[in-house]
Amino acid sequence: MTAMPQISADTLANMEKQRRRARISSTFRYSLLIIVGLIMVYPLVWMFGASFKTNAEIFSSPSFWPKEPTVQGYIDGWKTSTPYTFAKFFMNSMMIIIPKMIGTAISCTLVAYGFARFDFPFKKIIFSTVIATLLLPNVVTRIPQYLLFRDIGWLDSFLPLWVPSALAGDAFFVFMLIQFLRAIPRDMEEAARVDGANTLQTLIYIVVPMLTPALISVCLFQFMWTMNDFLGPLIYLSSVENYPISLALKLSIDTTEAFAWNQILAMSCLALAPSLIVFFMAQKYFIEGISTGGVKG
Amino acid sequence: MGGDSKYLGLWYVAPYVIGLLLFTAFPFVASFYLSFTDYDLLSKPEWTGLDNYQKLFTRDRTFDKSLKVTLAYVFMTVPLKLAFALFIAVILNYRLRAIGLFRTAFYVPSILGGSIAIAVLWRYIFADTGLVNMMLEGVGLEGVNWFGDPENALFTISLLRCWQFGSAMVIFLAALQSVDKSLYEAASIDGANKWQLFRYITLPLITPVIFFNLIMQTVQAFQEFNGPYIITEGGPLKSTYLLPLYIYDKAFKSFDMGYASAIAWVLFVIIMVLTLIAFWSSKKWVYYAGDKRS
Repeated sequence: MTAMPQISADTLANMEKQRRRARISSTFRYSLLIIVGLIMVYPLVWMFGASFKTNAEIFSSPSFWPKEPTVQGYIDGWKTSTPYTFAKFFMNSMMIIIPKMIGTAISCTLVAYGFARFDFPFKKIIFSTVIATLLLPNVVTRIPQYLLFRDIGWLDSFLPLWVPSALAGDAFFVFMLIQFLRAIPRDMEEAARVDGANTLQTLIYIVVPMLTPALISVCLFQFMWTMNDFLGPLIYLSSVENYPISLALKLSIDTTEAFAWNQILAMSCLALAPSLIVFFMAQKYFIEGISTGGVKG
Repeated sequence: MGGDSKYLGLWYVAPYVIGLLLFTAFPFVASFYLSFTDYDLLSKPEWTGLDNYQKLFTRDRTFDKSLKVTLAYVFMTVPLKLAFALFIAVILNYRLRAIGLFRTAFYVPSILGGSIAIAVLWRYIFADTGLVNMMLEGVGLEGVNWFGDPENALFTISLLRCWQFGSAMVIFLAALQSVDKSLYEAASIDGANKWQLFRYITLPLITPVIFFNLIMQTVQAFQEFNGPYIITEGGPLKSTYLLPLYIYDKAFKSFDMGYASAIAWVLFVIIMVLTLIAFWSSKKWVYYAGDKRS
């Protein structure tokens, strides 16, 4: 009986020690995360601030806050040094992105459905090519692809940039949708088949609604990657009137006089804006997509 | 779905098969063929046997340099990026508040990182009078010649890739969150400390994801183009002249398609050999749930 208070005092001291240690390590964790977070985000914040600065100020202060905010960079940058405004280049990007997204979504759905729900001759071999293409570096197919598109007269058009994707060319998306479909139970599809629906009707009315979150992920990733794509347009597009944003930015670096940094930063901000807006609107789908299928990037 | 023809599934995958044959299989074979030819786009490809490869390995100093730079870039960025991604994921996996906010902050650079706009930004923040040097001078340090000095340029380009650790981190985090918590409890009762928990429970369970990230990051790092093309244009003194830049210059500036194909094939074989080594070694260190070997 007399020993009891002694023990509980010890235990209390121990608990107190543990709690303090937990507090110290959680302080440490938060500080570390905040520092890393700042390093990650500050360049972007700085760029946004700098796009409202005058040229002279950009290289004179590490602060992101513009002393005399001006939108001159946006006005001059938007005009570009070409006969077109930046609006034209945004339009061109959309002319690539929209057919590419739609084509990818449709073709990858059909193909994933075929792999996940049917048995057919050569299935194993064909499926193994999906994995192989996933790992195949594009660099090895790029030159003959260029020659192929040259021979069929597609150079300097948007077609080489989206047609391969519309034939389920991005193995990653096919793979992701197959994974997703495998996890969906088949009861509803079987019930629909019993009720006399054919496989295509089953796909459209039963599978696609369930697949929608995954399809949104597919479209979002395709949007981002196409916005960021530079090498494709660089190889296939030669006339300025067809340039997407990525090429237009490169052009503005090459042609703007060395001191017009505010214009370039302003246009860079605009170039990033669509991706950022889409990302913040649909963050959930990115995190889910990347976590189910694994992702490049 | 028993009543259907056994070819029905083939119809669904037909778009893929057509695309595969046209845009992957055929170009793949064609580039192998082209690598043994001399082809300048104007006349027909002319068979030259092993000439391209012989030249590459014996007389082409640019190739030597470019290959070294590429290997240095890959072996520097991939481990650094993955280790950092795992480290941050482990910290985020403690039930912290505001985990979503941090995850977003870390992930945004991966979303935007491939963009030309970011390469442009990199060029400015690491310029001689750019953001980083202004900050260094602000705290009394000397500015660094980030791009102008061949010793530093590759490192500066590598930082851009490491800055995009977010996508690998999100994958790690998802794997960490799916580790069965009861395993930790059982081991803690047996007296395991935190490091032991991580080393003997967490790490083995997430090896499949480490493996996946390792392969994907390596294949991509070998193909980096935008960063060095925009920021340094391969310079100074070719210190950031990665093989994809060399292939691009040979193919689309000098229109030396045969030679460019040969370089592409060397790059491809390097990537393939490393991937095969990774797959082969994975039997020894990657743990799959339900596997008999523990």
